[in-house]
Amino acid sequence: MSSASTETHSRSWWRENQQKLTPYIFLIPGVIFFLFYVIVPIFESFWLSTYDWDGLGEKEFIGMANYAELFDDEAFYTSLKNNVIWLVLYLLAIPAGLGIAIFLNQKVRGIRAYKSLFFFPFVISQVVVGLIFAWFYAPGFGLFYMIIEKITGSEIAILADERFATYGIIFAGLWPQIAYCMILYLTGLNAVDPEQIEAARLDAAKGFKMLWYIILPQLRPATFLAMVVTVIGALRSFDLVSIMTDGGPYGSTRVLSFYMYEQALSEYGYRMGYGASVAVILFLIMMVFITGFIWKMVGDERKGF
Amino acid sequence: MRSMLSVSISAIALIAASASVAGTVKYYGDFDPAPLAAMQEIIADFEAANPDIKVEFQNFDHEGYKTSIRNFLSADAPDLANWYAGNRMAPFVNSGQFMDVSDVWEEHGLKDALASALPSMTIDGKQWGVPYTYYQWGIYYNKEAYAAAGVEVPETWDQFIENCAAFKEAGVDCVTTGTKALWPGAGIFDYLNMRTNGYEFHMALANGEVAWTSDEVKATFAEWAKLVEPGYITQNHAALDWQDAAALLVQGKAANYVMGNFAVAVFKEGGMTDETLGFLPFPTINPDVPRAEEAPTDTVHIPSGASNVEDAKKFLAYLAGADAQTKINAAMGQLPINKDASVNEDDPFIVAGFELLSTTPGGIAQFFDRDAPAEMAKMGMEGFQEFMVKPERVDQILERLEKARGRIYK
Repeated sequence: MSSASTETHSRSWWRENQQKLTPYIFLIPGVIFFLFYVIVPIFESFWLSTYDWDGLGEKEFIGMANYAELFDDEAFYTSLKNNVIWLVLYLLAIPAGLGIAIFLNQKVRGIRAYKSLFFFPFVISQVVVGLIFAWFYAPGFGLFYMIIEKITGSEIAILADERFATYGIIFAGLWPQIAYCMILYLTGLNAVDPEQIEAARLDAAKGFKMLWYIILPQLRPATFLAMVVTVIGALRSFDLVSIMTDGGPYGSTRVLSFYMYEQALSEYGYRMGYGASVAVILFLIMMVFITGFIWKMVGDERKGF
Repeated sequence: MRSMLSVSISAIALIAASASVAGTVKYYGDFDPAPLAAMQEIIADFEAANPDIKVEFQNFDHEGYKTSIRNFLSADAPDLANWYAGNRMAPFVNSGQFMDVSDVWEEHGLKDALASALPSMTIDGKQWGVPYTYYQWGIYYNKEAYAAAGVEVPETWDQFIENCAAFKEAGVDCVTTGTKALWPGAGIFDYLNMRTNGYEFHMALANGEVAWTSDEVKATFAEWAKLVEPGYITQNHAALDWQDAAALLVQGKAANYVMGNFAVAVFKEGGMTDETLGFLPFPTINPDVPRAEEAPTDTVHIPSGASNVEDAKKFLAYLAGADAQTKINAAMGQLPINKDASVNEDDPFIVAGFELLSTTPGGIAQFFDRDAPAEMAKMGMEGFQEFMVKPERVDQILERLEKARGRIYK
């Protein structure tokens, strides 16, 4: 008797709160994975970065010594500098993507085919992009190499020259990134209000003024998204560096994520603590941007965008 | 009921597992196809000789193996595992992952039979594995390029440099290399340093006992500069893999290549024959130091977590024997370490290598990235690459390496 009453009681409690609880129950799997694969590792990295550990033997607590070494490490500053170059040049993907998107945003026969051709580089794997460009630059038989040789008469192996190697890799990275931004803008352009354009036309707006004052403001969500993926893409650039130069020549194309991998996990690395300290720095840098983005998103939500 | 069922299932699994352990030796390795076939033959021979033992072999690809070994040694250790001699095995020895197999060496007289590899297998006075193959390094050259430039095969370093001038005149790279993967440059450094300062100094440097900014190391780089500054080394080596550079030698665009004997297969695939491909030991620089050579050694070890140690040791002893070493090295195109093993007399490069290594008075180095600790090796090889591109930065490079030495060898 009493057990039956608690059962009905609990059932009615569930029924009463079902609406409120269900979203949280649905969130649980995601939260668990996020906790174990993102949040815990972040703290683990902080913790590990205070140890000297080769991944096999005993861990030795060394406090902030890894960071002290890091700030006295030429390779770290090279990586940091390259990361800044990546960040700045990668942002070019946004205007370039916008340009191509406007260019392709018309109703002609077969436009879908053109669009997919432009989108193609984003579909293929970064590793393949890296290989294609490595051959493109390759001394002896690369197309780019031969063109430069024809024009200037001097032999320049882009990826073996510390002056050009990083730019060569970024150029390869821009190819798929521009395609990505282009797709974001193409979707955005679909949502542009034709009436506003019409109205602007009547007010004699055209060309750049039309773009700047009428189109771009309506593309703000697309621009924001393009900004986010481009900044994050630039900061986590790893595959292209690894495939195209492996950090060389003599470490001049390293970026932070590559240096972290090299120190912690590569054949000559296995300095887990030192690698973790690079990861922490990279995390902090990313955090600046991510906080900015989240700040803006929350603000927009409040304003009701 | 259900829990009882699962208990009985796990009990059965346990029995099955322990049954499969008795008489079974689990062996993890990383062989290319030809040596793999040879190793499988050796395993078959061993099983025929020991009918109660079964060897379960699992092959990995080279690069994957280097990562996997760190996991499986501690998590799911096999009874035998491939690895390398010298400092390259030190992390596993020092962390207690490899088993001391000195008793195998004692019992089967291996200290005598495998004498040439004894120093590189010994840490703390004990032996930690059994070597089964090594190969010589030296200079491989294009005989046609020599004929076209009208120069003789050099015997001394000075002659070598003089030849380079002639090759430069003819538009041929005197020395080629491809340092995209860094290690080929270390071969050049090792030889220059061993020829200039000798084996003892070279090993002391690899062990962090002498300074990179010392006069001896500077002397080595001064010899190296004789090649780099006039542009005798292939210009874009930092963009090339070692195989790309091999193609230059095959095409006659380069005359010499400081390489290991494994490259012969690549040269021959490219169309070179015993008539057009030559081998010469790295020429003498300082006549006062005894000749030392470079011969990286591949080895087999017993992990500490092995479950069938007794049979694994039997296999090691078998692999150390003359017959097994003759067989596997014939298939690999490399040199056996057992002094009673025989080599393929028809292969001039094998014969030359055997002659070279068995008469080495100075000592046998493993290779820079096996003799020096991993971190130092990486920094060093980057420095070598940088020097071959920007020789004017030599002081900066050496100071950086010296700083790294202060940190790495504590």
